[in-house]
Amino acid sequence: MPSATVPTPSGNLSKTASADSRGDQSARGFGLYVHWPFCVSKCPYCDFNSHVRDTVDEDRWCAALVESVRDAASVETEAKILSSIFFGGGTPSLMAPETVASILNAAERHFGFAPDIEITLEANPNSVEAEKFQDYREAGINRLSLGVQALNDEALAFLGRAHSAKEALNAIETAQKIFARSSFDLIYARPGQTLNAWGSELGKALNLANGRHLSLYQLTIERGTRFFEAVNRGDFQVADEDLGADLYDLTQNMCAAAGLPAYEISNHAGPDDASRHNLTYWRYGEYVGVGPGAHGRRREAGEVFATAEVRSPERWLAQIEQDGNGLAEKTRVSRAAQIEEILMMGLRLSDGIRAADFVELTNMTLENAFAAETIAHLTEQNLLALDDAGMRATPSGRLVLNSLIASVAEAMTPNEAP
Amino acid sequence: MTKPSHIRNFAIVAHIDHGKSTLADRMIEFCGGLEKREMKEQVLDSMDIERERGITIKAQTVRLSYTAKNGEDCILNLMDTPGHVDFAYEVSRSLAACEGSILLVDASQGVEAQTLANAYQSIDADHEMVVVLNKIDLPAAEPERIRAQIEDVVGIDASDAIPISAKTGEGVVDVLEALIERLPAPGGDADAPLRAMLVDSWYDPYLGVVILVRVRDGVIKKGMKMRMVAAGTSHPVERVGIFKPKPDQIDQLGPGEIGFVTAGIKEVAETQVGDTLTDDSRPTTDPLPGFRPSVPVVFCGLFAVDANDFEELRESLVRLRLNDSSFQFEPESSPALGYGFRCGFLGLLHLEIIQERLEREFNLNLITTAPSVVYRIALNTGPEYELHNPVDYPDPTQIKRIEEPWIRATVMVPDEYLGSVLKLCEDRRGIQLDLTYAGNRAVVVYRLPLNEVVFDFYDRLKSVSRGYASFDYHIDGYEEGDLVKMSILVNGDTVDALSLVVHRGRAESRGRAICERLKELIPRHMFKIPLQAAIGGKVIARQTISAMRKDVLAKCYGGDLSRKRKLLDKQKKGKKKMRTFGKVAIPQEAFIAVLKLGHE
Ligand SMILES: Nc1nc2c(ncn2[C@@H]2O[C@H](COP(=O)(O)OP(=O)(O)O)[C@@H](O)[C@H]2O)c(=O)[nH]1
Ligand SMILES: C[S@@+](CC[C@H](N)C(=O)[O-])C[C@H]1O[C@@H](n2cnc3c(N)ncnc32)[C@H](O)[C@@H]1O
Ligand code: SF4
Ligand SMILES: [Mg+2]
Repeated sequence: MPSATVPTPSGNLSKTASADSRGDQSARGFGLYVHWPFCVSKCPYCDFNSHVRDTVDEDRWCAALVESVRDAASVETEAKILSSIFFGGGTPSLMAPETVASILNAAERHFGFAPDIEITLEANPNSVEAEKFQDYREAGINRLSLGVQALNDEALAFLGRAHSAKEALNAIETAQKIFARSSFDLIYARPGQTLNAWGSELGKALNLANGRHLSLYQLTIERGTRFFEAVNRGDFQVADEDLGADLYDLTQNMCAAAGLPAYEISNHAGPDDASRHNLTYWRYGEYVGVGPGAHGRRREAGEVFATAEVRSPERWLAQIEQDGNGLAEKTRVSRAAQIEEILMMGLRLSDGIRAADFVELTNMTLENAFAAETIAHLTEQNLLALDDAGMRATPSGRLVLNSLIASVAEAMTPNEAP
Repeated sequence: MTKPSHIRNFAIVAHIDHGKSTLADRMIEFCGGLEKREMKEQVLDSMDIERERGITIKAQTVRLSYTAKNGEDCILNLMDTPGHVDFAYEVSRSLAACEGSILLVDASQGVEAQTLANAYQSIDADHEMVVVLNKIDLPAAEPERIRAQIEDVVGIDASDAIPISAKTGEGVVDVLEALIERLPAPGGDADAPLRAMLVDSWYDPYLGVVILVRVRDGVIKKGMKMRMVAAGTSHPVERVGIFKPKPDQIDQLGPGEIGFVTAGIKEVAETQVGDTLTDDSRPTTDPLPGFRPSVPVVFCGLFAVDANDFEELRESLVRLRLNDSSFQFEPESSPALGYGFRCGFLGLLHLEIIQERLEREFNLNLITTAPSVVYRIALNTGPEYELHNPVDYPDPTQIKRIEEPWIRATVMVPDEYLGSVLKLCEDRRGIQLDLTYAGNRAVVVYRLPLNEVVFDFYDRLKSVSRGYASFDYHIDGYEEGDLVKMSILVNGDTVDALSLVVHRGRAESRGRAICERLKELIPRHMFKIPLQAAIGGKVIARQTISAMRKDVLAKCYGGDLSRKRKLLDKQKKGKKKMRTFGKVAIPQEAFIAVLKLGHE
C-alpha cells in the first residue's frame, strides 16, 4: 500500500497551477466523486449502493480506486483541474486514512487540484470513526459530512443506526474542532414525528450546526428496503402530504431565521458554506465518478456523456483489475436531455439556473429555450421566476418541484424537444 | 352435399353466462371437430376480447358430424349467437338461418331477462325449441324448480327439458339426440334456382370478404357466378366451404346447408346481411325478405390522445368496420380535442368493445367523449333533423321541439332487490308498465328514456341488485322531452367534449355528480382548479380541486440523475394519457368515466 503522501489543499504538484483553458466550464466547477460501498450494517431505510461485508481487502480496493482515478483522467475532457472531491457511500469513514491519502494523491497527480479545492468525506458519527477524523484531515480531507440522522436514541434505534445520540454530539464537536467546514445530515418527517417535536429537534440542530451546513431530508420509503416492507405490512405510516408540507415550511423558516437558509431543496448553509461539490452537480458542471455505481458527466469535444460504473462492488473490482476500468455504461446525452438535466438539477437550487451558465451550457438563452406562454403562466401562479439573473423556482414552486420541472420541460421549444 | 333430411340447423339462445359457449365446446369435442389438444375454452369466441369478457360478439357457425343412435350420419349446424342486448338484433338474423333452437337455462339461476327476450325471438322465428337445463353439476342446481319456472314465466312446454352439465359433458348426447328427433329437417329444392341467405360477412386478410350463407334452394358451387340481389353485383365463386370449426373447403353447398363462400369481394360494405345470393345465369324470382340494417343508437367522439395519430385512427376505424358494419363513423372536429371521429354504436358495450380493440389491436391511445343518444330536433324554421353530438346543440331559443328515444326495458330481479330497482328506474324518469312475479323473482317492465340508460344504468342495476338483476330492452319510439344542454367548465374554460344533453329536472344532480367525479379523476395540479357545470351562462354546480401541496424528491442522489430521469419519463408518459385544456391535464378515461357516476 502506498505511503500516505499528504496532498494539502494548496497542493504543490505540477498541474495545480495551470489555468483551465475553458474558463466558462470552470464556473460550475469540476468534481471527483469516490464511492466506498461498505457499511457496518444496512439501515432499514437505505437504498444506496451500500453493502455489509465480513471482510474488505482494503489494499485491493485502494489500488482499484487509484487505478480508476488514473483511468478517468486519461479521458480528454473540457474540464481539467478538480475544484472538489467527495468521498461518499456507503460509509467512507470505514476507509483507512492511508487509502484516502492514496486516492487523493492519484487525483492530484492525474487531474491537478485548484488552489481552493474542497475535499469532503462522509462519516458515520460513532466513536471509532471519530477517532480517525484528525488522520483524515492529515490525509487531505478539509470538509466532513456526518450522518447524524436524529438527535435522540429512540429515533436512532428506529432508523436502525449503529450510533447513539451522545456519540453523534461528540462527533459533531470533534468534527467542528478539526475541520473548518463541516455538516451533518438529519432525517425528519419520521413516523409519528409532530411539527412540535421536529421544531425542537431542529432548534437543537441549528445550535449545533453553528452557522455552517445542514442537510435535512424528509424520510422517503424506497422500494427494496426493509421500511418499504414494513409500510406495506402497515407497521407504520409516513407523514402525509399536508404534514410533509408543514414540516418543510417550518424547516425553511427556522433555518432562514437561524442564518442557514436553504440553498437547495434539502440543504442549508451560511454564507460560503454551501457544498461546492454538490453545487457542481446542481449547476450541471463536469464531474467524474469512480467506485461501484458512481455516476459522472463528462464533456468531450462539445458532447456530454453520462457515465456509470458497474454497481456490484465485487464485479466492479474484478472488472477494474482485469480491464483497467470500471465502466458499465457511457452514453451520449442528447441536447434535449441535457436541457432536462439542467432543469432537474438547477431548479433544486434557491438561486436556480444562472442565466450565464445556461447560455454557456446550451448556447441559447433561457428565454428562447422555453415557451413564453408556459413560463408566463407558471410565473403568474407564483411558482417560477425568470429574470436577468436566471430561472428559479419560488419557495412555493420548490415544494412542488417535480411537477414544476415536468411543466417547464414540456414547454421546451420545438427545436429542442426530444 | 348432404340430404336435407339428415341436416339440423340450430342456434343456442341463453342469458349471458348460462353456458352457451361451453355447451358449444362440448358438442364440438363430442363430434370430433377438434383434437383435444386444439380445444381451448370457448373456441368459437375468436377475438381476444370475446374470450376475455366471456361474450360472443359475432355470429359463429360450426358443422358437427354426428352419428345418431339410430345409426344415421347427420349434420348438425350450430349457430353461436351474441348474448348481449346490444347485439340482440344480430341474434334475430342468426335465428333466421335455423329451424330450431336450444333454449339454455342455468339450472342454478333460472330464467333471466335475456332468457325471456331470446326465447321470444325464437318463437317469433317459428323455431322448434329444445329446452336444456345446464349446470346440474352445481350443488345449487334445481332443475325441477327451473323447469316449472320456464313453463310459468316463458310459457312454453318444458316437460321434456334435458338436464345437462356443459362442464362435465353429462347429458350432451341427449341434447344431440333431441335435436335430431325434435327439430324439423330443412326443406328446399336442390333443382330450383339458387336462393341463399347472407347470414354474416367479415373481412379476412388472406381470403378477402368471407360470406356466411344458408342455402334455401338450389346449389352454390365453386366456379359459378353468383349474384347478390339487393347489392345488384355479381362475382364468380372462388371458394365454398364449411367450418368444423376450422374452415374446410368443399365443392358445393345444397339446400339446408350452412357454410361460407368467397368470391373476390373487396369490401364488406357490398355484402348486406339478409341479402339473397342467387345464380347469375338463373336468378330466383323469389328473393328472401331481407332485414332492415341495424342502426346505431349511441354516439360518441373518438379522438387520438396524440393528435399525430389521427390518420392511424382513421385507418384503424376503416379496418374495424370491415368486420363490423353495425358501427358508423364520420369525421368530427372539436375545438378542444382537435380532429377525430363521431362514431355510432349499437349500445354502450359495443362502444367499449370497439374502443378496446382500437387500443389493443391498433395500439392507439384514445379519448372517448361522453356517449350521447340520437335526438330529433325541429327548429322554428327548417326541417326536423337528428342531433348526434351535443356540441352541435342549437341556440335554445330557435328550438321548436326536441325529441329523445325511449326504450322498453324488462328487468328480472329477486324480490328483495325490487325496491332498489324500482327506485333506480323512477330516478331515471322511468314509467312502470308492468310488474309480475315468476316465483320469487319480479318481472318489471318500464319505459325509460335511452339517455338515462346509456351511461351507467347496467352498472347501477348490477350494484343495487348485487348482480342478481337481469336486463333486456328494445327501442320504443321517440318522445318530446324537456331537454337542455349542460356545459362543463374546467378552470373556467368550457370543455366541449364533456358537454351533454340532459333532462332539465335532472340537470342539477347530474351536474353535481359530474363535478364530483371529475374532482376524483383529474389529478391535482400545482394550482387550484375550479370545476363548474352550467346551463347557458348559469352555473348549476361547482367543485374545486385544491392545489397539490408537496411533490418533490427530497433525497440527494449526488451525481446520479437516474431517479430524476425515471420520474420525468414517468410524468411524460402519464401526460401522454391526458389531454391538456388550457393548463389543465385531463386523463383520457375522464371523458367516459365521468358519466359512470357511481352513486347517486
Ligand atoms: N359448474 C358449471 N359451470 C358451467 C357450466 N357450463 C358453463 N359453466 C361456466 O359458466 C360460465 C359461463 O359460461 P359460457 O359458456 O361462457 O356462457 P355464455 O355466456 O352463455 O357463453 C363459465 O365460467 C363456464 O365455465 C356447467 O355445466 N357447470
Ligand atoms: C449517501 S447517504 C448516507 C451517508 C452515510 N452512510 C450515512 O448513513 O450517514 C446520505 C444521506 O441521505 C439521507 N438518506 C438516506 N436514505 C434516506 C431515506 N430513505 N430518506 C431520507 N433520507 C435518506 C441520510 O440523511 C444520509 O445521511
Ligand atoms: S450507513 Fe448510510 S449508506 Fe450505510 S446503510 Fe446506513 S444510510 Fe445507507
Ligand atoms: Mg359465450
